[in-house]
Amino acid sequence: MELSGYSYPNDFFIDWSLMIVLYPYITGFVAGAFIVSSFYHVFERNELEPVGKLSLLCSFAFLLSAGLPLLNHLGHPERALNIFLTPNFSSAMSGFGFVYTFYLIVMELELWLVYREYIVETARRSRGWKRRAFKWLSLGVYDLSPESREVDRKAIRVLAAIGIPAACILHGYVGFLFGALKSNPWWSTPLMPVIFLFSAVVSGIALLIVIYQTDRKIHGMRIDQECVASLSRWLWLFMIVTVSLEILEIITLAYEQSEAWEIIGALLTTKLSFSFISVQMILGSLVPFVLLMVVVLMNSYLHEKVRNTLAFIAAALLLIQVFAMRWNVVIGGQMFSKSFSGFRQYQPEFFEKEGILAAIVIMIAPFLLLHLLNIIFPAFSDREEAEKGAIAAPK
Amino acid sequence: MNKDRRRFLKLLTSYFGLLAAKDGVYVRLLGGENLSQDSTADAEAYNPEDHLYAYAIDTRKCIGCGMCVKADRLENKVPPKNFRTWVERYRISEAGDVDIDSPSGGENGFPPRVSGFNVAKAFFVPKLCNHCRHTPCIQVCPVGASFHTPEGVVMVDSGWCIGCGYCVQACPYGSRFINPETHCADKCTLCYHRLVKGLQPACVQACPVGARQFGDLKRAGDPVRQLIARERVMVLQPTLLTKPNCYYLGLDQGVR
Repeated sequence: MELSGYSYPNDFFIDWSLMIVLYPYITGFVAGAFIVSSFYHVFERNELEPVGKLSLLCSFAFLLSAGLPLLNHLGHPERALNIFLTPNFSSAMSGFGFVYTFYLIVMELELWLVYREYIVETARRSRGWKRRAFKWLSLGVYDLSPESREVDRKAIRVLAAIGIPAACILHGYVGFLFGALKSNPWWSTPLMPVIFLFSAVVSGIALLIVIYQTDRKIHGMRIDQECVASLSRWLWLFMIVTVSLEILEIITLAYEQSEAWEIIGALLTTKLSFSFISVQMILGSLVPFVLLMVVVLMNSYLHEKVRNTLAFIAAALLLIQVFAMRWNVVIGGQMFSKSFSGFRQYQPEFFEKEGILAAIVIMIAPFLLLHLLNIIFPAFSDREEAEKGAIAAPK
Repeated sequence: MNKDRRRFLKLLTSYFGLLAAKDGVYVRLLGGENLSQDSTADAEAYNPEDHLYAYAIDTRKCIGCGMCVKADRLENKVPPKNFRTWVERYRISEAGDVDIDSPSGGENGFPPRVSGFNVAKAFFVPKLCNHCRHTPCIQVCPVGASFHTPEGVVMVDSGWCIGCGYCVQACPYGSRFINPETHCADKCTLCYHRLVKGLQPACVQACPVGARQFGDLKRAGDPVRQLIARERVMVLQPTLLTKPNCYYLGLDQGVR
């Protein structure tokens, strides 16, 4: 049966816009960066110590920004709290508020414990408003005895351990939102939450490589090679799993020659040929796969600069890959009408409410937050020491 | 709702109320089901629990005039580019090629169009919300703004809907849309405001050939109830198991 190109009349408009592409992109960073922090705190991968605090701050900054694209998308943002007032528990989306709140609490507790020592010392060292602020942040607990620090360490470990399934739920549920809709064959697969989760970890690790290296470069500090090598290894592993799952899903559909393939095959070769085949699969997957393979397999032969550069480029490309994946899922799934025969176009405009400018502003927000958080709670203790050293040196 | 709109709606309902009085004659002439014979009596004693509405569409009768789409837009103030109901034209070749179109939802009828093949069969398929019993749209609404009335009508509370659009994605039939004026999910209500007065949905009343029929499964001897029980009826996309309350006669395998 040939496709006639017929769309249902209500299907002329793509309702889930660029904002809904950003939402899983941002929550992906939350889950991914948190899992990296757990590699350090729970699984004691000590080579990740340089990004231990950074990963937590990153995760927190993105978590605080996760609601922005949703609020901008809602027809009635002023009613957003209805989701807490009358949650309809048969809807996956109703869980969002609760999962989000739970995660926020876990992260705040963990951050506080990780920075408790710093908070107490800053409160003691400083004067004026800074002293007052940090006294307030310490919640009146000034005990820094070895015993109390040991309790802190254990509590951090427990929280980080709770955070892992919480991160999986937070992002797995985002995948479930799409994967559990039988109306859309491009979304409806049990693999969807798994793909989302693994790609979230990929984006989290990639983001940390990029931010860590950038920050070190800006401040002229040495990039820890053990850390970069380890992050690259994890990144390689998780990207292989993610891309395998992504390809597996499509190969199964194509091989089954299911009814859905009629429209999805056409979708992939026409509307998504650039963003899926060129960007997501070749530029975003194949190229970083090769680059990271070099970093991982030839690790001992690589010069520092080569390792840093290869890891940085691979990470940056994977950030694009994950964005392309979100785009291809969210927008791709709406590019065909539910009549499964007609296509429609989506081209976000620059100035519209849910357009490119809004997306840029929303994507800047977590980085701005991260910068502010980093001023209050430094992610790198060595930088502060180095700055102190520089001030102290002339004396 | 502002004052002008409220006044307009009042006017509209009183206008249709007047029409309803003459309804009996028209509907009987056209061979359709007549629920409005004793509309005033029904309105006073309306109890939602006593009804279970069903919709039946005979595709063999539809002539594609688009009166139903027009009536719906007038009755429910449907925004210009959206549709609570629409009509599709199917043309199918002997080899099974399918050509579907629905210019402006069929609202202005169907201009002649040449298919790239010899048409073996052609027909119109009116569509609307199927008011499914196991509906994915109610299932996915995060705030419970979408709900079933006791009569089996699927409705949206536009005072509570947050406009997330999840239900629009979940409906496999393309029956829902985000209303650009209210920013809420919008859909066919089977003209619930008319049903409680004992009137028929506007689209059913407007259909000149009785292709659209409306009935009550809880009423003994109801023609639609009998039609569903005795004829060979189909629903749209039955494999999705949404259990539509909208039944079709003369549906073809090419229908999406």
